[in-house]
Amino acid sequence: MESKSISAPVIFDRSREEIEEEANGDVFDIEIGVSDPEKVGDGMNAYMAYRVTTKTSLSMFSKSEFSVKRRFSDFLGLHSKLASKYLHVGYIVPPAPEKSIVGMTKVKVGKEDSSSTEFVEKRRAALERYLQRTVKHPTLLQDPDLRQFLESSELPRAVNTQALSGAGILRMVNKAADAVNKMTIKMNESDAWFEEKQQQFENLDQQLRKLHASVEALVCHRKELSANTAAFAKSAAMLGNSEDHTALSRALSQLAEVEEKIDQLHQEQAFADFYMFSELLSDYIRLIAAVKGVFDHRMKCWQKWEDAQITLLKKRETEAKMMVANKPDKIQQAKNEIREWEAKVQQGERDFEQISKTIRKEVGRFEAKRVKDFKTVIIKYLESLVQTQQQLIKYWEAFLPEAKAIA
Amino acid sequence: MEGRQEAGKENKPSSISVDPQGDSSLQVEISDAVSERDKVKFTVQTKSCLPHFAQTEFSVVRQHEEFIWLHDAYVENEEYAGLIIPPAPPRPDFEASREKLQKLGEGDSSITREEFAKMKQELEAEYLAIFKKTVAMHEVFLQRLAAHPTLRRDHNFFVFLEYGQDLSVRGKNRKELLGGFLRNIVKSADEALITSMSGLKEVDDFFEHERTFLLEYHTRIRDACLRADRVMQSHKCLADDYIPISAALSSLGTQEVNQLKTSFFKLAELFERLRKLEGRVASDEDLKLSDMLRYYMRDSQAAKDLLYRRLRALADYENANKALDKARTRNREVRTAESNQQLCCRRFERLSDSAKQELMDFKSRRVSSFRKNLIELAELELKHAKGGGTQDTWV
Repeated sequence: MESKSISAPVIFDRSREEIEEEANGDVFDIEIGVSDPEKVGDGMNAYMAYRVTTKTSLSMFSKSEFSVKRRFSDFLGLHSKLASKYLHVGYIVPPAPEKSIVGMTKVKVGKEDSSSTEFVEKRRAALERYLQRTVKHPTLLQDPDLRQFLESSELPRAVNTQALSGAGILRMVNKAADAVNKMTIKMNESDAWFEEKQQQFENLDQQLRKLHASVEALVCHRKELSANTAAFAKSAAMLGNSEDHTALSRALSQLAEVEEKIDQLHQEQAFADFYMFSELLSDYIRLIAAVKGVFDHRMKCWQKWEDAQITLLKKRETEAKMMVANKPDKIQQAKNEIREWEAKVQQGERDFEQISKTIRKEVGRFEAKRVKDFKTVIIKYLESLVQTQQQLIKYWEAFLPEAKAIA
Repeated sequence: MEGRQEAGKENKPSSISVDPQGDSSLQVEISDAVSERDKVKFTVQTKSCLPHFAQTEFSVVRQHEEFIWLHDAYVENEEYAGLIIPPAPPRPDFEASREKLQKLGEGDSSITREEFAKMKQELEAEYLAIFKKTVAMHEVFLQRLAAHPTLRRDHNFFVFLEYGQDLSVRGKNRKELLGGFLRNIVKSADEALITSMSGLKEVDDFFEHERTFLLEYHTRIRDACLRADRVMQSHKCLADDYIPISAALSSLGTQEVNQLKTSFFKLAELFERLRKLEGRVASDEDLKLSDMLRYYMRDSQAAKDLLYRRLRALADYENANKALDKARTRNREVRTAESNQQLCCRRFERLSDSAKQELMDFKSRRVSSFRKNLIELAELELKHAKGGGTQDTWV
């Protein structure tokens, strides 16, 4: 079985055109490529290093083209930093690709087979899409951690991202606690827009998940079709060899060749099925989870504001009580606390308004991007399907005269 | 010129070439077939001007077991030892299809009514295709018999075609099936013994070549047939996969923002078209490729059987020669040995002559059948690829 070095189609190579026709004034003249996966080290401590190349004309960068070597945990570390800074104020931070213990172990152990090559390629493409999405975000692009990630040759190792590390487990526990809290927050939604949007994203999430599951089945079966076609091609060739009628023997060999070419087509189509369609869906399923997270943060923000208001009320009650009881030093204390909590209430209100404003803007940007992404990919995918059919026509048209030539 | 079914039976998959000469004094076809719960009843219609028959046109109803009886009668008849006996049609098997229909009926609440209707349609088409195939297989068997100058004159054949009542031929019971199985093993062992017999030399290059050829050919065509089946299954699988995808895309289309609606709908529509395409590709590959390969796998086995019989006759001839020599040296029962040797010699020569003709017919039949089917396969594949890839409507 020959190993093919096929790389995933670069979905975002339209970024230059995007820049030119960008109506809302965001100009992102920056392009990221992730390439050249290289295994570093041996055994269980081995890891894959990827080359991250940035091409840009933006003045904030010192050079117009530069590259660094990064490993997977570096990407996770980047995401972790960005998430901790921006998620809770309402920015939709693109999620990093998922860890895969099984996949990585195979690579570490040194299996040079097609499945580990596929795994590395899948990961490389995912990392590239992740970075592209991140740099396209106007706010995140300004972040110093992002710039350091892209530019500096040495990066401190992000240790807290290890799958089973203490920090990892703590994160899991926190996520669970968050989920429980969310259930108990009953927010008085004064703005119908948020409720509507949340519902929409919920629906979209369900639909995408369902579609994704079906597409995964398609990818799997198309690969099977390819394998079966290749096997049939071989047996047709063997049959052609056995056949003692010359013209028929020739036609059977030609049939075998046609089937081999068709197998190639199936493989390419399976590739498109996966990298264009399936991965798009799975990326957006995780992006929508990030969007939902941002809405949750807004709820927590509201809760904090609400709590501050309740506390302020209590402090005022205390003050009133103290006045009645005529305890001058306690009254002063109460007045101080009231001032403190009035400030907190004001801050809470400002924070809530800010996060609401940010989310509105973010959702607008997100939706615009989503529409562009889907449209671009769907068109490309449609083209791939049509292209396959056209190739099939060519192959069978070439074969027909051979069949007719059997005397 | 190949013997063909009437133009009226348009939808019958007739992938097998029957008669290179084209003689119409005896025409047989299966004009109707009915599937009852666990059996199929075939209406065999005969049109003939042969003096033997009472009428010029008549029909009888036959079941699969009666076809098998007829086939076995030919195989066991010494007169036809020098001929390739057309392979028996396979038993009609709707099990898999029936099971799938049942499973669908039991219901999976997560699929929409539309998806359900499509899946039901697919399965019903599959059932119908299997039905048509089994009719074609049984018909081809009879038509080859009718086209063969010697086989068509068989008494059992006439009875099969004409006798109005059912032939009271029950299916083989377990003992008989086992017996048949053992006979095959004995036959293989016998063949192995014969070929290793000292002094047994194949004097005829033609047969030497045929034997080598057939052995290899049969194995390879069996392989090709199996793998063609798997390809066909994969195509069907793909067609099934397109159903939920198309449904999900349509559903997304209805709910999405305006800018994306059209894209999703177009993709949904393409998948629906691809589904039908894959289904047709699967069924055409099945008929033109798989079935043809399967038929010639069986036919080449029948040819191998013929070679075995001839070899057996050669061995008997050799043995008779040895017995004659022995009798002559002892000067005992020379007459008997002489007449036996002559009998064996004549039998062997008769078998060799007719086998040669049969094998050449086999080759020409095979070539013309492959030619016809490969052309039709290519034409159908082209038709489907052109139908599924119209590029006019994309955004």
